[in-house]
Amino acid sequence: MIRSHVLICGGTGCTSSGSAAVHEKFEQELKANGLENEIKLVQTGCFGLCALGPVVIVYPEGTFYSRVTADDIPEIVSEHLLKGRPVQRLVYDETDGAKTDDQPVALSDTSFYKKQKRVALRNCGVIDPENIEEYIGTGGYQGLGKVLTEMTPEEVIDTILASGLRGRGGAGFPTGQKWKLARTLVQDGGQKYVCCNADEGDPGAFMDRSILEGDPHALIEAMAIAGYAIGADQGYVYVRAEYPIAVQRLQVAIDQAREYGLLGDDIFGTGFKFNLDLRLGAGAFVCGEETALMTSIEGKRGEPRPRPPFPAVKGLYGRPTVLNNVETYANIPQIIVNGADWFASMGTEKSKGTKVFALGGKIHNTGLVEVPMGTTLREIIEEIGGGIPGGKKFKAAQTGGPSGGCIPAHLIDTPIDYDNLLAIGSMMGSGGLIVMDEDNCMVDIAKFFLEFTVDESCGKCTPCRVGTKRLYEILDRITKGQGKLEDIDKLEELCHYIKSSALCGLGQTAPNPVLSTLMYFKDEYIEHIVDKKCRAGVCKELLSFKIIEDKCKGCTKCARNCPVGAIEGAVKQPHIINQDKCIKCGACIDNCAFKAIIKE
Amino acid sequence: MKSLAELAAIRDKMKDKVSLREGSNETRIVVGMATCGIAAGARPVLNAFVEAVAKEGLSDTVTVLQTGCIGICQYEPVVEVYKAGEDKVTYVHMSEDKVAKVIEQHIKGGKPVAEYTMK
Repeated sequence: MIRSHVLICGGTGCTSSGSAAVHEKFEQELKANGLENEIKLVQTGCFGLCALGPVVIVYPEGTFYSRVTADDIPEIVSEHLLKGRPVQRLVYDETDGAKTDDQPVALSDTSFYKKQKRVALRNCGVIDPENIEEYIGTGGYQGLGKVLTEMTPEEVIDTILASGLRGRGGAGFPTGQKWKLARTLVQDGGQKYVCCNADEGDPGAFMDRSILEGDPHALIEAMAIAGYAIGADQGYVYVRAEYPIAVQRLQVAIDQAREYGLLGDDIFGTGFKFNLDLRLGAGAFVCGEETALMTSIEGKRGEPRPRPPFPAVKGLYGRPTVLNNVETYANIPQIIVNGADWFASMGTEKSKGTKVFALGGKIHNTGLVEVPMGTTLREIIEEIGGGIPGGKKFKAAQTGGPSGGCIPAHLIDTPIDYDNLLAIGSMMGSGGLIVMDEDNCMVDIAKFFLEFTVDESCGKCTPCRVGTKRLYEILDRITKGQGKLEDIDKLEELCHYIKSSALCGLGQTAPNPVLSTLMYFKDEYIEHIVDKKCRAGVCKELLSFKIIEDKCKGCTKCARNCPVGAIEGAVKQPHIINQDKCIKCGACIDNCAFKAIIKE
Repeated sequence: MKSLAELAAIRDKMKDKVSLREGSNETRIVVGMATCGIAAGARPVLNAFVEAVAKEGLSDTVTVLQTGCIGICQYEPVVEVYKAGEDKVTYVHMSEDKVAKVIEQHIKGGKPVAEYTMK
């Protein structure tokens, strides 16, 4: 009889920090202690606190262990699982050492989780994604059962419309509207398709990946519901091949769903038929754009085409198609089971429900968080994210990846939803949220995203292919101290040309990182151009390294570690950096024991 | 899957297993499982409680937990029952065959088994 469950995170973050070895060691130790019939090991998807991996949770107590290594397992098994004494040194401590009582912190009690509202991520880190029965045990496939036996396709669409769900992939188009168009615009009785965009490509975003890895059946159930709603019997999940764990678990889940008769012919004896197949993407960013994605599924080179016609009229193989993002789908079964009103009760007036954010950058709790729409940036960064490490000052948050923009510190109390983000010059995007502090240079950030766009531009239209390259070159000049003041006007002008003339969404939004940093951090651009200074100390060409004579003890360590021999000086005499030779790598600063070297 | 009934059957079968991970139950049965408890036979008692809770279909409201040494080692195996809004009840010198009565009379019936508590 099982009395305790040990959940080990098998998401990508924890897998890379060694959770597989932890799992294996647990198996051995449970056997050695004769506990294999009392304790159940479960490999789950992502818990969200990726920075603290590998993560292990012991139920029923909910004890939350972080940074567990294989060497810790014998102690956890003999102390906690056998004798009921949680291993305090491994229990996650969010107070950074100021913990007062010795009670173990349950996962649900941490401030990281308390403010979250998990809808799309509800099963991630709770169930075994490779076990369909665990999904069913938490209410899975009830939504599909309900629509097939109790609802007409029109009622399903009306429910999704009433819920106010908008696409989580970036643009925020109302999902119910999309389904309605796909159902009604073409009614010739021919083939229709349901597609899922799992080609998550924004730097720093990994929410879709975590849902695929942690709760693949939610996606399958939702796509079958969408198939019923629009009258399609075939679905495709377009997932990138760089997500090997997601691909494997999704395939396992599809096979299980077929075996249980939840995909295939005559589902629930209702005569409804739905099949689902995977298509692997090779990693081109543009294939996340809907028309390029469908072109790629057809086996052609992934390039976008002009819209209209929209996919609801002419999509995959020229037939009406619904294409939604993974996170959008993950909300669907919950909306069907709990009702449109339940979903619409969360969020703001025009943005309902919750949103998953991938927290990254200068923040304590790097990971995945899901909060109701309308939560402020401050709550996400300071309360859930645990603030910025090292006592540094918050400067800006970047949302929406290469299509988004920066939110400066004075707007930190903006409630986050689709419309508010657009109003302040950013966008929701897929939900990457990169936190930046005073050590980040905003011109450099804009350059970073433009470099990405230049690399990933498919080349089909000129504004994107040539325009982003020119933008990048101007930014590059500015960061090297070769910019002119009229470059700022040129940047703005070019940005507007690209926005209004690029073929697809990616090109049209590519200038956003430049425009939003220009809007809020123009002074930094001017500083780079006029004063030839980078206040964050990032742009190397604008920096010089200096040795403070009074502090230098003449230990010679910097000179020995300088890769280009730019530091001269005799033993026990202050050293000097030869500015002509210096490549500004910072090796001298890292090696100086007396803090005698500064960059300015 | 030919009917909703089949789905419901799997759900019911799995619910008890997954509900263990939900945690927030009204009643907690806590078994002392330190060295003293284990030596006095706490493990069979713990397993008997886990089985009884599952058998009686109580897993929605009752959680069986283990804890360390409470300090009264000569009275082990010690089992404490916490019910929401009620005083804690401490059972001492527990054994497997006493479990059924605690479940029946106290957990389900609401009347602590006085004869098993500390005198």
